[in-house]
Amino acid sequence: MQQLLILSGKGGTGKTTIASAFIKLSNAQAYADCDVDAPNLHLITGQSFEPRKTDYYGLPKAGISAQLCIGCDQCRQNCRFDAISLDQVYKVDPFACEGCGVCEAVCPVDAISLKPAVAGELMLYANGGKIFSTAQLKMGCGTSGMLVTEVKKQMKSAANNVHLAIIDGSPGIGCPVIASLSGVDMVLIVAEPSISGISDMERIIKTAAKFGTKTAICINKFDTSPANTEKIELFCKSQGLPFAGKIPFDSDAVKAINNGLTIVDIECKSGAAVKGVYDKVMGLLNK
Amino acid sequence: MKIAVLSGKGGTGKTLVSVNLAAEAKKSIYIDCDVEEPNGYLFFKPEDIQEEKITVKIPKVDDKLCTGCRKCADFCKFNALAYIKEKLLVFEEVCHSCGGCITLCPEKALTEKEKVIGKVQKGTSDQVIVYTGILNTGEASGIPIIKKLLAEGKLESDKPIFIDCPPGSACIVMESIKDADYCILVAEPTLFGVHNLNMVYELVKLFNKPFGVVLNKCLNGENPAEKFCSEKGIKILNRIPFDHMLGMLNANAEIAVRANEKYRGIFSSLLETVTKEVQRATTINS
Amino acid sequence: MKIAIPVDDRSLKSNVCVSFGRAPYFLIYDIGTKESIFLDNGAAASTGGAGIKAAQTIADSKVNALLAPRCGENAAGVLGAADIKIYKTINTSVKENIADFIAGKLSLLDEIHAGFHGHGGN
Repeated sequence: MQQLLILSGKGGTGKTTIASAFIKLSNAQAYADCDVDAPNLHLITGQSFEPRKTDYYGLPKAGISAQLCIGCDQCRQNCRFDAISLDQVYKVDPFACEGCGVCEAVCPVDAISLKPAVAGELMLYANGGKIFSTAQLKMGCGTSGMLVTEVKKQMKSAANNVHLAIIDGSPGIGCPVIASLSGVDMVLIVAEPSISGISDMERIIKTAAKFGTKTAICINKFDTSPANTEKIELFCKSQGLPFAGKIPFDSDAVKAINNGLTIVDIECKSGAAVKGVYDKVMGLLNK
Repeated sequence: MKIAVLSGKGGTGKTLVSVNLAAEAKKSIYIDCDVEEPNGYLFFKPEDIQEEKITVKIPKVDDKLCTGCRKCADFCKFNALAYIKEKLLVFEEVCHSCGGCITLCPEKALTEKEKVIGKVQKGTSDQVIVYTGILNTGEASGIPIIKKLLAEGKLESDKPIFIDCPPGSACIVMESIKDADYCILVAEPTLFGVHNLNMVYELVKLFNKPFGVVLNKCLNGENPAEKFCSEKGIKILNRIPFDHMLGMLNANAEIAVRANEKYRGIFSSLLETVTKEVQRATTINS
Repeated sequence: MKIAIPVDDRSLKSNVCVSFGRAPYFLIYDIGTKESIFLDNGAAASTGGAGIKAAQTIADSKVNALLAPRCGENAAGVLGAADIKIYKTINTSVKENIADFIAGKLSLLDEIHAGFHGHGGN
């Protein structure tokens, strides 16, 4: 199975808009949404049945038994994360608790124990033969990189005999992005022609290079800054990176998305442009 | 008053709103809590920068006292310690600084040393005091930096404070809004925007923070975010239209209210609305 | 001489696991006696530092070499401190890689990657 990953660095560049268009154009039989903090892909791909849901466990959290507690305050004094407070009884703030186990270790009466805590939910849709893997990280939980890995694993094990999988990657430049990159055959970076967009694009390119992943770049909403667009194109040339094309800002794209459609489902200029980008990317992927 | 500006995803206009509100308020404080990817300083270009390094405590072993009992390595939930060829190895980037190993060592062979994880910079741009938090790449948690940023901000209580939060709804966002009097949720009026708005909406409700919504990049036509807000009874503070020139100014890291008079109207009215809302909220709560 | 290999199942017929730190099991193979032992990898479910814990398990097994397709920098650090050399596996067959190692056909793994910093790669 060939895996194509779509990344952007900065949020709001159009990763999901482009990923959904690619899924439509390629008629991909498997796809995944790795943006586990704020998954969006399911809003356009249109699922008809309920998904198979699995709990995802992150860091264990401490819990204090009020009956056993003798109020010695050792737990609160030793907690480095300000996660324990006293309000009639001693309580652990599950958002601040990092599961380090120090409170459990220092409690003289074994009133504290670490329990597995649900940090999110994995969802697997398998309707009409298409496999769609996604997940939602619970609010306040920090282990998103590992959940990204689970999303990809879930897709891979459900998708037998699938030729091409499209992965909508995590935004940012941190660990969830690195988790998205692992094991994919090619990454398409969607760049935004702005100063912060260019800086994020450069960091992602460096990271993809470390994994030896085939990389191509495209620009979305390029007409919002022709000067920065040119900068990016020159940068790609100087680095020997394939430039897959540019897509104009298009208010019709917003209309399509708001109606749960991809930009290639309607007649619009961004849809026409993304087809060109798609052809170039497929050519590079199959080289 | 302390105003936190947040959004469910990146690219919606958090920095646009917080930077321009701080600039429009003239004598104010701007705190950039997006420590993994700070952007505000690109707009303010602050001068007279003072810098302070932020550290966390990491274990250090005295080989002469260590007996190789491995209590520390067995305890560590983050696998930051390994015992190889009669030496204890400490993996600093994986260590969460919980202090457990030091407390549990029966031979008192472990002590702590400071490790730099990032820095806080303070500068000025006209009359705005600009605080920037920067987390070094590869470090696990920006929370100690955010704690320092907000503590610094507390020292200047006479000026309005605008907190530019990290995107999403993870622990660092929660830490950023902890002391806020009011939260501005910035949303894009698209299907995706609403979905993400819902996330931060749940977050501010959980923390019982008074809040309102600013819709950014508004175009003509049906607006799913308006529907969401009216269904949930959420106050829309302002609607910033999609504006090519505003987009360009932003892309070039220019502060709209300083670059062009016509944008002052939007942000001065937003500032007025927010100030009224904060007063209303604090009267209700007192 | 003993070697270790990360594997998907507790069997010599198994595949070499693509990940070292999060492999479900490790095969400890004694080249002299041809004995095989399979160890559970406790690090597989860790939220972070999996490479370190996995490497500790390998070091405690007193092997001389690890055969793996790739290895992160933290794990490599532990193995280096333990004087355990890392060889790059050629394909996914455990049996073939053992044979190739004995025949001296495997080369040392020199591209150590930066690791997944607590978020589990695959």
